Amino acid sequence: MSRLNGFSLLRWWNMVIKEYSQLKRDRLTFAMIVGIPIAQLFLFGYAINTDPKHMPTAIISADQSEITRTIISTLKHSEYFNIVGVLPNEKTADKALARGNVLFVINIPAGFTRQLIRGERPAILIEADATDPMATGLAIASASQLARQVSLKDLTGSLASLADAAPPFKVHVHRLYNPEGLTQYNIIPGLMGVILTMTMVLMTGLAITRERERGTMENLLAMPVKPIEVMTGKIVPYIAIGFIQITIILLAARFIFSVPFVGSLSMMYLAALLFVNANLVVGITLSSLAKSQMQAMQMSMFYFLPNLLLSGFMFPFMGMPTWAQYIGNVLPLTHFNRLIRGIILKGNTGWDLWPSIWPIILFTVVVMAVAVKFYRRTLD
Amino acid sequence: MNSGYAIDVKGLNKSFGAKHVVNDVSLQVGRGEIHGFLGPNGSGKTTTIRIMCGLLKPDSGSGTCLGYDIIRETDQIKRHIGYMTQKFSFWEDLTIRENLDFVARMYGLADRRTAVDQTLENLGLTKRSNQLAGTLSGGWKQRVALAACMLHDPQVLLLDEPTAGVDPGARRDFWEELHRLSTLGISVLVSTHYMDEVERCHKLAYIAEGKLLTRGTASEVIAAQGLQTWAVYGENLAEFSKTLQNLPGIGQTVMFGVMLHVSGKDGNMLESSLRKVIAGKPFRMEHVETGVEDVFIYMMKHDAAHSGEKR
Ligand SMILES: Nc1ncnc2c1ncn2[C@@H]1O[C@H](COP(=O)(O)OP(=O)(O)O)[C@@H](O)[C@H]1O
Ligand SMILES: [Mg+2]
Repeated sequence: MSRLNGFSLLRWWNMVIKEYSQLKRDRLTFAMIVGIPIAQLFLFGYAINTDPKHMPTAIISADQSEITRTIISTLKHSEYFNIVGVLPNEKTADKALARGNVLFVINIPAGFTRQLIRGERPAILIEADATDPMATGLAIASASQLARQVSLKDLTGSLASLADAAPPFKVHVHRLYNPEGLTQYNIIPGLMGVILTMTMVLMTGLAITRERERGTMENLLAMPVKPIEVMTGKIVPYIAIGFIQITIILLAARFIFSVPFVGSLSMMYLAALLFVNANLVVGITLSSLAKSQMQAMQMSMFYFLPNLLLSGFMFPFMGMPTWAQYIGNVLPLTHFNRLIRGIILKGNTGWDLWPSIWPIILFTVVVMAVAVKFYRRTLD
Repeated sequence: MNSGYAIDVKGLNKSFGAKHVVNDVSLQVGRGEIHGFLGPNGSGKTTTIRIMCGLLKPDSGSGTCLGYDIIRETDQIKRHIGYMTQKFSFWEDLTIRENLDFVARMYGLADRRTAVDQTLENLGLTKRSNQLAGTLSGGWKQRVALAACMLHDPQVLLLDEPTAGVDPGARRDFWEELHRLSTLGISVLVSTHYMDEVERCHKLAYIAEGKLLTRGTASEVIAAQGLQTWAVYGENLAEFSKTLQNLPGIGQTVMFGVMLHVSGKDGNMLESSLRKVIAGKPFRMEHVETGVEDVFIYMMKHDAAHSGEKR
């Protein structure tokens, strides 16, 4: 409690000025700020192929018959689709897709069975969230085969005559958000979070251990400055750096990779601010725990790896085993990836974003508490 | 305020792991006093000083610094003391002025600009104020560091080996500055391992292996050891001193420029041993007063021998 008492804006601002003055002379760090985003953007131009299964799927079924049930069970058997619920109408379906609750909506129109028996070849509509084409590509391909599979296996008896001819119904796939299935659309916004995680955690991680290693920490501790002032003061210049990086990535996304930007730019910067903060707090905490710059570096890497692998950046989130998804859901990068793709590609705003926002806030608060607790006020 | 002392600590103990680094240290520094703190490397000087200014918590023991409790009132202590670390601990990638500005703001100095300008002028660094602190030479670093920890007008200065690695001229200036401060009523605790600086302190404390062995004025310290000392003059004294080792009554030999100091606890035995060796050789010997340097060197050797036995 006493740690928050008597917070001095003056001393805090003094820390900010000091960090800034040091940063502006640190050419290597500056090279990192600009170099890392650019290098990564080009490195990750290539895709990593995967084949995720059991992706959450909702059904809108205006027609229920033995035939539609057969179709749905065939879908389940393909293992790509995990039917998580039945939705009443298109509006709720759109919302579920926008929020990322489901990746597919299978829409069986009214009168489907009747039209099928009459041989009118009705269509099933499959709406797919194609933000991440790697995640959904194979599932879409398999769904397209659906009509043929169903007709071969199950249409017997009085309907057998239909099986010989062309498939009795059609499957229309509607790729939402990324109609052409370009992987850059998914990778480039995803990179933003990865780059921010890497540089923010590393740079703040080094910021405090550097003081300790150079012996200047002793001087700082001998002055009447509070831990909270030191920590937050150190963070501020890095927030600015984070914003420079975001801008570089956005410009590259727009002008080099031609990624469309559907959503609100200010919303995007707000989301980024939230995320940058979460990472800085992690960096500060690691540096309170690390004894040397080397250790801080190792710890940052240790933190970075699961972020890279389990956040849905490298591998589609829905394709990961459940335990990995649990870990992934703790990481702010997972939520930021959803947030940023939602804003840039889907144009999400307001409450649609909330499910991805609160986990980042919660994460930040918890880690900050740990940081303040572990900041060493003495040299012990 | 319970005591008139600027620093008053009792029974301080501190261990790092199994290593007992500060062992039951009690120390008082009067107001306006320059108190020397001596001891070989690794004897616990830095650790003791850190405890006094609230940077380390002692395992046990208590004390006050300027009347503030060294365990509970560290914030107050930090505001009123100046601590100069053993290693230069200002920011080498900030300019001299930026460093001073930073310190001045931390202490909330009302007229920061004037204070910093004045300090730069006193240092004679006004023209170089935009130079990075890391590019300064050792002596200049010490001077800047001292000036920086004086910015907020502290009443107590804790200086940890401030003159280590500084050339003799700069050291002399440094000590003159300390004496000027002391006349202003500022109390100084200064650790050093330069024996010639011992004479410049009002009071002395000697620590070895975490234990405070001697305290007092120079003459008290000398008297407490009860050493007799003879000075020997002649050629090739270094060679000669080797022949003196292990003779009865000879505790130590120390070269002082053109003379050799030979000391021991038993004055009679020392004298007769010396006379026997010198007889017929081109050396001259005379009885001199034991200096504080002889005493400290004697104590250091004595302790080294002790710790050798233990291991
Ligand atoms: N933070 C620390 N952790 C472990 N050992 C330490 C620490 N600080 C000092 N020591 C050890 O304590 C002993 C005394 O150190 P120090 O107080 O620096 O002595 P001095 O200043 O007299 O040279 C040394 O052996 C040193 O290695
Ligand atoms: Mg020391």
